[in-house]
Amino acid sequence: MENGSLDAFKVIKVDVTKLTRAALEGSGLGTKEMDRSKNMFVLGLCYWMYNRELKNSIKFLEEKFAKAPNILDSNVKLLKAGYAYGETTEAIETRYQINPAPMKAGVYRNIMGNQALAIGLVAASKQSGLPIFYGTYPITPASDILHELSKHKNFGVRTFQAEDEIAAICSAIGASFGGCLGVTASSGPGIALKGEAMGLAVMLELPLVIINVQRGGPSTGLPTKTEQSDLLQAMHGRNGEAPLPIIAACSPADCFNAALEACRIAVEYMTPVMLLSDGYIANGAEPWQFPQTADLPKITATFITEKNGGDKFLPYKRDENLSRPWAIPGTKSLEHRIGGLEKEHETGNINYENENHQFMVRMREAKVNKVADSIPLQKMDNGNEKGKLLVIGWGSTYGAIKMAVIQARAKGYDVSHAQVRYMNPFPKNLGEILYGFEKILVPEMNTGQFLSMLRSKYLVPAEGLNKIKGIPFSSVEIMEKIESMIA
Amino acid sequence: MSTTITPAAAPAGFTAKDLVTDQDIRWCPGCGDYSILKQAQTVIPELGIPRENIVFISGIGCSSRFPYYMETFGMHSIHGRATAVASGLKATRPELSVWIITGDGDALSIGGNHFIHMLRRNFNVNVLLFNNQIYGLTKGQYSPTSEEGKITKSTPYGSLDHPFNPIALAMGADGTYIARSMDRDPVHLKDTLRKANAHKGTSFVEIYQNCNVFNDGAFEIFTEKSSKKIETLMVENGKPFIFGANNEKGIKLDGFKPVIVDLTDGNSANDLWVHDETDRVKAGILSRFFDNPAKEGHFPRPFGVFYKEERNCYEDDLNQQVADVLAKRGEGNLDALLRGREVWEIK
Repeated sequence: MENGSLDAFKVIKVDVTKLTRAALEGSGLGTKEMDRSKNMFVLGLCYWMYNRELKNSIKFLEEKFAKAPNILDSNVKLLKAGYAYGETTEAIETRYQINPAPMKAGVYRNIMGNQALAIGLVAASKQSGLPIFYGTYPITPASDILHELSKHKNFGVRTFQAEDEIAAICSAIGASFGGCLGVTASSGPGIALKGEAMGLAVMLELPLVIINVQRGGPSTGLPTKTEQSDLLQAMHGRNGEAPLPIIAACSPADCFNAALEACRIAVEYMTPVMLLSDGYIANGAEPWQFPQTADLPKITATFITEKNGGDKFLPYKRDENLSRPWAIPGTKSLEHRIGGLEKEHETGNINYENENHQFMVRMREAKVNKVADSIPLQKMDNGNEKGKLLVIGWGSTYGAIKMAVIQARAKGYDVSHAQVRYMNPFPKNLGEILYGFEKILVPEMNTGQFLSMLRSKYLVPAEGLNKIKGIPFSSVEIMEKIESMIA
Repeated sequence: MSTTITPAAAPAGFTAKDLVTDQDIRWCPGCGDYSILKQAQTVIPELGIPRENIVFISGIGCSSRFPYYMETFGMHSIHGRATAVASGLKATRPELSVWIITGDGDALSIGGNHFIHMLRRNFNVNVLLFNNQIYGLTKGQYSPTSEEGKITKSTPYGSLDHPFNPIALAMGADGTYIARSMDRDPVHLKDTLRKANAHKGTSFVEIYQNCNVFNDGAFEIFTEKSSKKIETLMVENGKPFIFGANNEKGIKLDGFKPVIVDLTDGNSANDLWVHDETDRVKAGILSRFFDNPAKEGHFPRPFGVFYKEERNCYEDDLNQQVADVLAKRGEGNLDALLRGREVWEIK
């Protein structure tokens, strides 16, 4: 601390330990307990520095420690003591006034990513009329989805803590076969274990939502750190040609929309859908201008009840979405068998013929591509649809890119920003947008996975900015890269 | 020895014929699977369950082709996972009659984990394990139930693995209905299937099934008329353990130690071990009647219901919990959930 590394900062020394102990003298707490409360003293001091009122934190403490009045009193006392210290000490000369961020008028709440995913699933259940079955196995950083969902049994949610990752996804497939909306979630290592069952779901063509809250990899990797390195796993991490739609949430609140959208696609196209989040979004919080139920989109779920092929039931006969009918057990005269072996077109019978296999591989691919008909076109987050430099990101890099591009544009640079959330299939106009720019920058927390998808699909000379340190980008890092590319 | 026939429920308006699908059966001619399919197709119409409420779920292996030949709902899932798929289905659709078809490799090797967890959770399903002590679909490697020293394609110098005893494994996993039957005894098999269906909970039935191509005659000593009465012990609740060509042998318990006695030698049938299928300790001893028939003084291999108990089923508890929470908190209000506990307004 005193080796000169803080020279660029204005350092104010405060003996927090001593002041905390002095403030709590006579409280009956031991030294160890007193020292554990130092954070409240510092928080109080920060409140003073930034001119903020204490009441929200006091209310929080009152709820949190309602059953431990002694701890409550000590914490509140310290919060106030820190504030009072700011007022009386002369060491701090400047106080700051941060005005509220310019946000759209409306009613807001706070939301964390995993919480938003859980609420999004509940909303999807309500909007589709399908009960949620959530089969999962605890893993960091996805477990909080289970914790949140398991509270909402009064929405008909059934949570199942399976014996392993494979059972988690298989149980969800079983539930979907029975007419529920099966959902499973994990992080990279668990998703790897689910690979074979995801392929089964591709073959069965049943709705299923697979959530991957990404973390640093490979293997056990960095369980508590963030990374975006499972994008290609989501694209290709199954044996055979097994495409599935992929959606990436770009912020904690966006997790709600992403969950709703993943469920919609899964049900309307009878397909497993992968939803990508990451550790940064999962545990991050932001203000959310939450929607009203009445504003939420409806999800159409239909169970077929009558034979669709004369005197026969054809389980793989397709509609205009190329989606097959959902015939659930209990439906008279629609008894049928499905499985992981290659299907014959329409009848669903086992079929190993060469022409049929190629046809079915192409059919499953076409169905996933067809999802592009029902998703919005790619919008620019900032800037023009043509220009010198496009910064294009996906997932949790959203905030850092957004800030960097705002700053770059303020400096007069011709820079635009697009954040992609539909990773497979891409929005139909994505190529057009890419071709409108001289240069393309793709910042991501991996070695260039989205970059390689863009390059191989659109043959554009995009450039990557890659950070694999387990921590998110700062806008400064992106800004520097923008300047090096454009100035 | 007579076999009790469990009375059938009111028939559900379809016959064995209605359970035959239009698919060609791909099992080798002479396979024991044919008999099991036939017995299942015979028994199921008697059970009083509407056909559309019946679901067969299998994993991978020869046995797992079974659902394709059953005109009910069905899923041929992936290797070892039928129990896991069935868990999710039964959890959400408790009214369905769910049958899991698996084999010794599928249930005890690749799917071992799901198998034991299925038993401890006690979903109300039937698990039919076709045990042929060999990997048939992959053309003849030893399985987790193959005897030690087995010469197979993958073990030309003999297998080294100690085999699983599926009945003892199920006992250890707290199964609530544990039985053994065989493909070659249709009457016994049908009766066992009826009882399995009647039990509420995970009904585990190990079925000795002959693979005439890769492991022919593995169970011959138990199934052939000449040796069956000597080498098998057909257990029935409330009946003493008697076996032998002329029912001349019995088994009694000396403390916890089973002893074979000769009934022609002054031993009374009244002193014999009387089967109580609800006695966990004795069922544990019975499950260990698993020795090599070539061994001197070996015990006969038991068939029938080893153990049975009533225990809550997972799906009932799960759905009860949901109902309780609903009763206590009322149906969830999505707008309240979206709003959360604290909001603020920006004007």
